[in-house]
Amino acid sequence: MTSALQNHFTIVINGATVRLKDVSPTMTLLHYLRQSGRIGTKEGCGDGDCGACTVAIVAQGSDGKPHYQAMNSCLIPLGAVAGREIVTVEGVSRDRLHPVQTAMVTTGGSQCGYCTPGFVMSLFAAYYDRALNDACVEGNLCRCTGYLAIRRAAQEVVENQPDDSDDRFHQHLQTTSADLSEISYNGNDQWFYRPTRLQDVLTLMEQYPDATLIAGGTDLGLEISYHRQHCEVMISLEAVTELKTLENTLEFVEIGAAVPLIHVEETLRGVFPSLDEMLHWFAARQIRTRATIGGNIGTASPIGDLPPVLLSLDAELKLAHSMGDRTIPLSDFFKGYRQTDLQPGEVIVSVKIPKSASTRRLSQAYKIGKRGTDDISIVAAAFVIDLDEDDRILHARLAYGGVAAIPIRAIAVEQMLIGKFWNHETIQHVKPALKQAFTPLTDLRGSADYRSLLVANLFEKFFVEFGEAPIQALEVTA
Amino acid sequence: MSVGKRKSHESAEAHVSGTAIYTDDQRLPSGMLSLFPVLAPHAKARITKIDVSAAYEVEGVVTVLTADDVPGENNTGVIVHDEILLATDEVSYWGQAVIWVAGETEEAARLGAEKVIVTYETLDPILSIKDAIVAQSFHHSPQVVRRGDPQTALQSADFCLDGEVEMNGQDHFYLETQTSWVIPDGEGHYQVYSSTQHPTETQIIVARVLGIASNQVVVTCLRMGGGFGGKESQANPFASVAAIAAHKTGRPARVKLRRHHDMILTGKRHGYLGQYHVGFTADGLITALDVDLYADGGWSLDLSPPVLLRAMLHVDNTYYIPHLEVRGRIAKLNRVSNTAFRGFGGPQGMVVIEDILDRVARTLNLPPDVVRERNFYHGTGETNTTHYGQELYDNRLARIWHEAKALRSSSPSGVVANFAERQVAIAQFNQANLHKKRGIAITPVKFGISFNKTQYNQAGALILVYADGSIQLNHGGTEMGQGLHTKMLQVAAQTLGVSLDRFRIMPTSTDKVPNTSATAASSGSDLNGQAVKNACETIQSRLATVAVRMMTLDTPEDLVFANDWIYCRSYPQNRVLFADVVKQAYSDRISLSATGYYRTPNIYWDETTGKGRPFYYFAYGVAVSEVEVDGFTGTFKLRQVDIVHDAGASLNPLIDQGQIEGGFVQGMGWLTMEELVWDTQGRLRTDAPSTYKIPTIGEVPEHFQVHLLERAAQDGVIYGSKAIGEPPFMLAISVREAIRAAIAAFGQPSHVPLTSPATPEVILWAIEQVRAESFSLNTPTDLDVLVPSK
Repeated sequence: MTSALQNHFTIVINGATVRLKDVSPTMTLLHYLRQSGRIGTKEGCGDGDCGACTVAIVAQGSDGKPHYQAMNSCLIPLGAVAGREIVTVEGVSRDRLHPVQTAMVTTGGSQCGYCTPGFVMSLFAAYYDRALNDACVEGNLCRCTGYLAIRRAAQEVVENQPDDSDDRFHQHLQTTSADLSEISYNGNDQWFYRPTRLQDVLTLMEQYPDATLIAGGTDLGLEISYHRQHCEVMISLEAVTELKTLENTLEFVEIGAAVPLIHVEETLRGVFPSLDEMLHWFAARQIRTRATIGGNIGTASPIGDLPPVLLSLDAELKLAHSMGDRTIPLSDFFKGYRQTDLQPGEVIVSVKIPKSASTRRLSQAYKIGKRGTDDISIVAAAFVIDLDEDDRILHARLAYGGVAAIPIRAIAVEQMLIGKFWNHETIQHVKPALKQAFTPLTDLRGSADYRSLLVANLFEKFFVEFGEAPIQALEVTA
Repeated sequence: MSVGKRKSHESAEAHVSGTAIYTDDQRLPSGMLSLFPVLAPHAKARITKIDVSAAYEVEGVVTVLTADDVPGENNTGVIVHDEILLATDEVSYWGQAVIWVAGETEEAARLGAEKVIVTYETLDPILSIKDAIVAQSFHHSPQVVRRGDPQTALQSADFCLDGEVEMNGQDHFYLETQTSWVIPDGEGHYQVYSSTQHPTETQIIVARVLGIASNQVVVTCLRMGGGFGGKESQANPFASVAAIAAHKTGRPARVKLRRHHDMILTGKRHGYLGQYHVGFTADGLITALDVDLYADGGWSLDLSPPVLLRAMLHVDNTYYIPHLEVRGRIAKLNRVSNTAFRGFGGPQGMVVIEDILDRVARTLNLPPDVVRERNFYHGTGETNTTHYGQELYDNRLARIWHEAKALRSSSPSGVVANFAERQVAIAQFNQANLHKKRGIAITPVKFGISFNKTQYNQAGALILVYADGSIQLNHGGTEMGQGLHTKMLQVAAQTLGVSLDRFRIMPTSTDKVPNTSATAASSGSDLNGQAVKNACETIQSRLATVAVRMMTLDTPEDLVFANDWIYCRSYPQNRVLFADVVKQAYSDRISLSATGYYRTPNIYWDETTGKGRPFYYFAYGVAVSEVEVDGFTGTFKLRQVDIVHDAGASLNPLIDQGQIEGGFVQGMGWLTMEELVWDTQGRLRTDAPSTYKIPTIGEVPEHFQVHLLERAAQDGVIYGSKAIGEPPFMLAISVREAIRAAIAAFGQPSHVPLTSPATPEVILWAIEQVRAESFSLNTPTDLDVLVPSK
């Protein structure tokens, strides 16, 4: 680290620079905003699930330019916004209402009004991305309107999208920077580091073996919001150059561990159909703007959405340690319930996904939850089947989440499939084995029997949706 | 004209700007304490020891509240006093707040609460309605409503079926959790700011707990971030706890529940078990129905008796059933005490009868919509009269039903079709698709408007006109997002003939309008609107005498109040400004404030006979829903919704449309995805939005059309409007029935049992059952229950 330890940092809130001294760097942004009298931003759940606390942050988009991005302020520790720009609902209108606000008023988009600031901020961020649609508010819960008036508000803005050349936010985005500077902060007996080089991360991890790593903070933020974790030393990976690369070659794709999912979604659209599909169902936009691919793997949840997809695509992980780097198959990474092969002092650098040379590859991902949108899966599945010219199976990957202590492949069934014809008989032949492949648990999301049935049924669904249709040779896209 | 316009919510600009102030957004008074609860870790247990000493070692802990600190009665029960506020010797549900810790900050209170030691001796809890029935664990006496002789009629029926329907409860999930601030004035009075739908009851309970008279307590509700019934009685304990802290310390105190505490601590919609025997003819006419309804009341009574009664009075929905007996019981469980929730028992009663009608139809191989229609209330007299003896009179069912069926709406696939044509298209789709099936259903709603308890059907208002012509409007209703304040402003502006911007609507407060009823039962506009109108008319008649003098007229009968002017009807050029008349009235020493009052006429209820005219009128609506169900996973997609709803002469079509859309989506959540899960020890496992899923925008179809019934003015209701808060909730039963139709399309079942909510898992098991039955050869399904009785 090149910067000296400081006892203060700044945040720009609604255009004004705020200097924070000796605050806890793990206080949530929401808590700070409300405590400092900015009460327009509401807490609906403190869980990152309702979006009432949504604010906009200036962050780098996948095009490298600054964008307003919606995020849940209940999940963001103050340290993570050090040196950055925030817009809250109080800052959206100055002399007159912003177009998204006006539309919400005229269409009846607010009833009780408590979720409304969050909706306004999601719409605000989407407005400057020209992306006003249902997806931009899928992470905002409203209990009053049934969303129809809010949908009409978004449509009304799109239909009358004003010329925003003299819009102050639009202008600001042209001139501001979303670059993240290095931070070394100590206050309230806590340390917050935001290095920009991988080497500094590894050195800090040697210095503080018990430090908590944070990237987007969408998982860790839950622990902070509900006081289940006190972090004495926090190391942010958000600014580390080596972790933020995204490479798309003819042979492989390599995604830096700290790349936000929204960038993966935007940059790799069309490359891996199953990844596209899963990202579509992955949480909500406020989460995907912050959550990273490394975080989704590193947290090692058995119900993480991406691991089944990445397992089905034979992804590898690059890991770094001050003693040396290594590369392992993702399938060797998960060791037990929320246990991984990561050694003390080791970090995930990137995920490497090979591109197949197969011209007859079928792949898809499925996620089943009680609610289609923004739910945790009961069972998630990702399938890859490569066929030869005679419809014989050359290669099979059946990967699942929600059925065991770890994200897992049905390896025995994969082996059963090799050499078989891709037809109804083969599916019926392996279904009983698939049904018994795992011994899932019964929990609040679903029974063990339902999960076992889904393991088999989802594969059959995959066959019905992709097996009987004419198969087109996939072009390898770079 | 103010009434009838699509006016935006009166706070809409403040909502979107973040400047609308909710209870916990107010400027903190100095010295404000924050409270945090200690929760019981058992569903039922005896408390053997309480040791709070370690809590005081935490920096910032000011005091710990136990039962000994209650100056008055340690009980917040609303109908009967059975709801201990701070536990003494027993806990009755998992998560019950036993003790509250007051700290300088919420963090100090939380850390203090962690240090409190309570030891327990566990007891065997009762955790399901069926267990309660076995143990005969009930609240309250059984209730019965009966018409004719169903037992005899069942014996002579052409066909009989019996069965049961189970449905889960529902968390309100208002976005603003329960919040109360109590500020003592140092002279023994308490100002309470509470997110409450029932300020008067909160006042009564706080006074009871403090052991003081009601006039010592003022309860103010600024606005609520959603209520839905969940802040009718449920706000009281939290206001009371804050009041005890304020009393004990002399300092202001606040409770603002975090989401998981709100979900654990507060009552929900009642889960129900319905068991029935139904008799019917070969044409599908229901001749007799005998039903037992069991409500999950939870540990204390709360509002369960009126909720149960409303379920019993809505088990007929829109159907004439000549012989009907419905018995109701409230099961006493070691779970959270269930409470009011939009529909107030009505939805549970209707789900039962709609289940029965679908089953009758499938048993007879008749289309469910035909069987529903055949059983409608119709004509006059007996066939248009409910089982509790109230005639429908202005029965708009057939009209709305046929309008809904005739709607030619464009489907997601772009085809313009009416109900019958869509049924054909769906049958074709289902023929062509093995693994996914579509279903369509049309279901009606009839909902009785008025509080069942006659005394609640009264309201008050207070209007203050200032000499500059500006006006403050107070009424007894609370604003929870439903747009009541907006409608009241429209009523007042309409009545006084002035513009809306002349008014300031005041927070609801018990020192402005006393003895108010809960803002509940969809009655807010009906009751308070009439009271507001009454107050405005009093002011108007006083101003008229002044205006007559100013305009040198003989009689006030000639005056018209409109557009901020007072005109002479026969000679409109003779006019004076409203504001000038007000100024003159002040000079003339004419009172410029007035109260208004209203009581609903001509309603009564006889508890002993179960008969009466409990409802002033009925609200009606019909919905058509279409779904597609996936045969591999049980997931469904709602493809299309079309609604015709009777809002009378709507006071505000923008707001009423919002109530219909929002109510429907909330109902759909209850019936399809919102699953409350308690484990075998009675612990609520779904205590956060990560585990308890309410609908998002992704579940709401692109095609969602709402049609307000035209030419629908309702006599005797404020400006011809009709109540709108609850009735649309039950339109969502069409989604449940459409799912059932889609499941049925996987085979040819005579019965598709479906518990509620119909989650993907429930749907998939139902499909599996339908498939299994359809493959089993030579055995007509349900032979064991379908017994022609003669």
